[in-house]
Amino acid sequence: MPVEIDIAHVARLARLGLSDSELEHYRGQLAVILEHAARVQELEGDPEVDVTHPLGIVNAFRPDEVRPSLDRDEVLDQAPDAKDGYFVVPPAMEL
Amino acid sequence: MIWESVIGIEVHVELATRSKMFCGCAVGFGDEPNTNICPTCLGLPGALPVPNEAALESIMAIGMALNCTVAPTSVFHRKNYFYADLPKNYQISQFDVPICIEGHLDVTVGDATRTVGIERAHMEEDTGKSTHVSVGGRIHAASSTLLDFNRSGVPLVEIVSKPEIHSAAEARAYAQSLRSVVAELGVSDARLEEGSIRFDANVSVRSEGQEALGTKVEVKNMNSFRSLERAVQYEIDRQIELIESSGTVVQETRHWDEDAGVTRSMRTKEGSSDYRYFAEPDLVPMRMDEEWVERIRATLPELPADRIERYVASGLDAGLAAVLSRSDFPMRALYESAVSEGADARSAANWVTGEVTAWLRREDRADAGDLLTGRQLAELIDLIDQGTVSSSAAKDVLDGVLSGEGDPGAVARSRDLLQISDTAAIEEAVDTVLADNPDALESLRSGETKVLGFLVGQVMKATQGKADPRLVNEVIRARGGD
Amino acid sequence: MEGLTIATAGERLRDGSLKAVDLLAGVLKTAADTEAQIHAYLNIDRSGAGEAAERADNELAAGVDRGPLHGIPVALKDNMMTRGLETTASSQILAGYVPPYDATVVSRLREGGAVIVGKTNLDEFAMGSSTENSAYGPTYNPWDINRIPGGSSGGSAAAVAAGSALVGLGSDTGGSIRQPASLTGVVGMKPTYGTVSRYGLIAFASSLDQIGPLSRTVEDSALTLETIWGHDPLDATSYRGYYPDLFSGIGDGVDGLKVGVVKELAGEGYEPEVHEHVSSMVERLRSSGAEVVEVSLPTFDIALSAYYLIAPAECSANLARFDGIRYGLRVEGETAEEMMSRTRASGFGPEVIRRILLGTYALSAGYYDAFYGQAQRVRSAIRDDFARAYQQVDVLVSPTSPTVAFEAGERTADPLSMYLSDICTIPCNLSGDPAISVPIGLDSRRLPIGFQVMAPALGEPMLYRVASAVESLAGFDARPTIEMVAT
Ligand SMILES: [Mg+2]
Ligand SMILES: [Zn+2]
Repeated sequence: MPVEIDIAHVARLARLGLSDSELEHYRGQLAVILEHAARVQELEGDPEVDVTHPLGIVNAFRPDEVRPSLDRDEVLDQAPDAKDGYFVVPPAMEL
Repeated sequence: MIWESVIGIEVHVELATRSKMFCGCAVGFGDEPNTNICPTCLGLPGALPVPNEAALESIMAIGMALNCTVAPTSVFHRKNYFYADLPKNYQISQFDVPICIEGHLDVTVGDATRTVGIERAHMEEDTGKSTHVSVGGRIHAASSTLLDFNRSGVPLVEIVSKPEIHSAAEARAYAQSLRSVVAELGVSDARLEEGSIRFDANVSVRSEGQEALGTKVEVKNMNSFRSLERAVQYEIDRQIELIESSGTVVQETRHWDEDAGVTRSMRTKEGSSDYRYFAEPDLVPMRMDEEWVERIRATLPELPADRIERYVASGLDAGLAAVLSRSDFPMRALYESAVSEGADARSAANWVTGEVTAWLRREDRADAGDLLTGRQLAELIDLIDQGTVSSSAAKDVLDGVLSGEGDPGAVARSRDLLQISDTAAIEEAVDTVLADNPDALESLRSGETKVLGFLVGQVMKATQGKADPRLVNEVIRARGGD
Repeated sequence: MEGLTIATAGERLRDGSLKAVDLLAGVLKTAADTEAQIHAYLNIDRSGAGEAAERADNELAAGVDRGPLHGIPVALKDNMMTRGLETTASSQILAGYVPPYDATVVSRLREGGAVIVGKTNLDEFAMGSSTENSAYGPTYNPWDINRIPGGSSGGSAAAVAAGSALVGLGSDTGGSIRQPASLTGVVGMKPTYGTVSRYGLIAFASSLDQIGPLSRTVEDSALTLETIWGHDPLDATSYRGYYPDLFSGIGDGVDGLKVGVVKELAGEGYEPEVHEHVSSMVERLRSSGAEVVEVSLPTFDIALSAYYLIAPAECSANLARFDGIRYGLRVEGETAEEMMSRTRASGFGPEVIRRILLGTYALSAGYYDAFYGQAQRVRSAIRDDFARAYQQVDVLVSPTSPTVAFEAGERTADPLSMYLSDICTIPCNLSGDPAISVPIGLDSRRLPIGFQVMAPALGEPMLYRVASAVESLAGFDARPTIEMVAT
């Protein structure tokens, strides 16, 4: 089955700043892969989707106990930009 | 054209657990930036979440307090969206199988009480905090954003009401009673000013009788009950005006501007929100079995709704019961102990919410503390019932007790406020008054009872209000010659 | 030092006839001779390894025995966190990243006295089957340096094959341990999902990822797994129950066992020589007393399709955290969003971008049900197929890979053909069951062929029992020779 793909929308959702030619390149490849992947629709019957752990594990919790935090300097040392104990990014406004 | 407003409210409650939702970092307000962080809440490569059991028990308690069903099985989902203060760029939240479903909360406006449906309460994690360093204070001119991840991963309970709220006042009342439930349970600091409770409102209007809902607008950024009420009212008016001037309401998110007192469109890029929810593969399902649910239920304190019921049953009217039941009403203990000391519930309630509160307000104190015990209040009420002090004199007695002059009886004596109930003394006072008012006596004799009040007043005045009004009445009537 | 195993080296370390520092020196010498052609390692930690080796010698001399890996040189796939040691997952976006914590498996290796030689090459974020998708250049196959070692754990596989480590750790999401093991002539094992902690493993597809050993022998595989598996409170998917004795069946042979040959994993697309070797091994199992039956698992035909929806969907979320804010690469922009988009577009390689786009699409509004939702249904059906099969047989067998090692660049242009190299290994990732690849011979071009054994969840003892039988029946002891590599 041919698949329609709004590749620009998908790239935006994934925060991938690709050029138009790159987008077109990936759209073509996705179309081929998705056509093969669409074979999942050949599945006979309609089994319950079972998202549980293969070993049936449930209720894996931790007690409400405080554990030591990381050293701030060691962490900020890895950051591309940091100042006065904060991570710094370009303006993150939805406006 | 009559308009009906339809409002649904989403409340986010930060839980006051020791550690965060999915990691062992401390939950602390106002700590140094980025000091409560670990691989998990910072979204470092390879880190994994493990749910905090205490947080789950808190949301179960909230659900029960809101009369919800606790789902037998529930799972976490990933809500995918990119934002700088969301470290993994997905939020661990819940989607189609939340922990609590289908509850309700009673909301009282004035003395009308309505039930508002609760659609769901689900568990999720909070984001970090962004501080926009701006040029000239204009947000859209922000030059950079500072990120602090101390709040990242703090347990958050989202409570979604059904669209069953129909006025700004009701919206406010709903938020207030929800807050008092959460405060009562002690699962959250419930401080609006610190953002530990946050409200969003979905507002739409429709012409009365119309079935279909109007286009809904989501209003955000209200940080007090008052601003919630104002924002909702503004939005209702804005939409009605818009429609009446033959415009159309667009579905959007609007920001409440507290200072300007208006809501503003946030102009989020359309098509930008497709959250691509899917079951969180790093976590396993939760089973809330009967035994666990009942264990939590057993720990629930008496909630405002139950308390109102109990008070009404003990003879209080709904309004009074509601006031006394507010989780932040400081003198409930005083009221409860006065009643347990034998005081009549209604009188005790009236004194506590009336005179005592008034006195404290004058002295601007929050509560009576040990200035007044339940036993003393009960004694005061008894003095009135016995006619030992008049209800007007009782106010002075209360003042004496609150001022530390001792128990009511002693104060009544020391302040010379005991009621005169000896007939001789009263007859003397009455005769003096009658002598001074011969024509009043005349009209009385000719059967005009309306002067009675005047004469009683004169006698009370002459006895500085200490005479027993009932006795005074009798004596005057007798002199009136029947 | 040629041909040493964890077991044999372990004996000599304990009887004093071999020092850990000398064992390490030998391994480093091999690395020096082969790395130029093989490029198994991204980063060799000489000082860290040296200290660990000395400590091991002192402890063993003092009678402190930390277990089977004490003093043993181990190669770590570079998607496992090592505190203070650069960890990049072969991605540009993590160039120079030094993690502030150890993965749980790394802590266990350290507690076990292992000597971590360095971090090995992989397909970027473990996405690939040839170790060509590495931002730091491909790894080549010690058996033929014009060919790829398979992937994504190609670096660890090549290191063990070439002798620049005694054992390696890899991660297996769709075959990333077993397929490179098969293509490099070593033993590669994927444990039951949930038995080895994923804490500190850079997530590719959380519901499929599992860490496991690449080793020279089946015994070494069990010795290594015994050290790294077990419950971890930091991983909510970690198994809390009883962990069976991995050695309980080793050496017992296959007499009386029921072995199922998977009908769907043969035929078109499978190299004849691979098919012949696998069939003759099945015959040898039969003649050693195993009852062999053909088993059909019809859903295997669409397992690959399900995998290429589920894995990308999970990775699209797992890799969202690489945004240029807290660590790694940043390409500046006017706004945070622009910065993120630029950083991600230039920091990720083509295969990673392809899978993120694929997964984002499969989860997006309007397509979820037809793609991701349906793939989950297929996954459930595959579990059911396995459950039915294991009611009839003790283990299932198949080739590990339809082909031997292919030539570098042969499949890079065609993603789908690359994806097809995981056709035999993917089903066990979808079911969560354990599986192992054992080398059973060389084809006419002296390229290794692997034999896959699969067992039900927590069936590791049975898996190792059959694997060790296969190992001794195959008698595979060929090694790529240094001379050959050096040419
Ligand atoms: Mg929410
Ligand atoms: Zn944390």
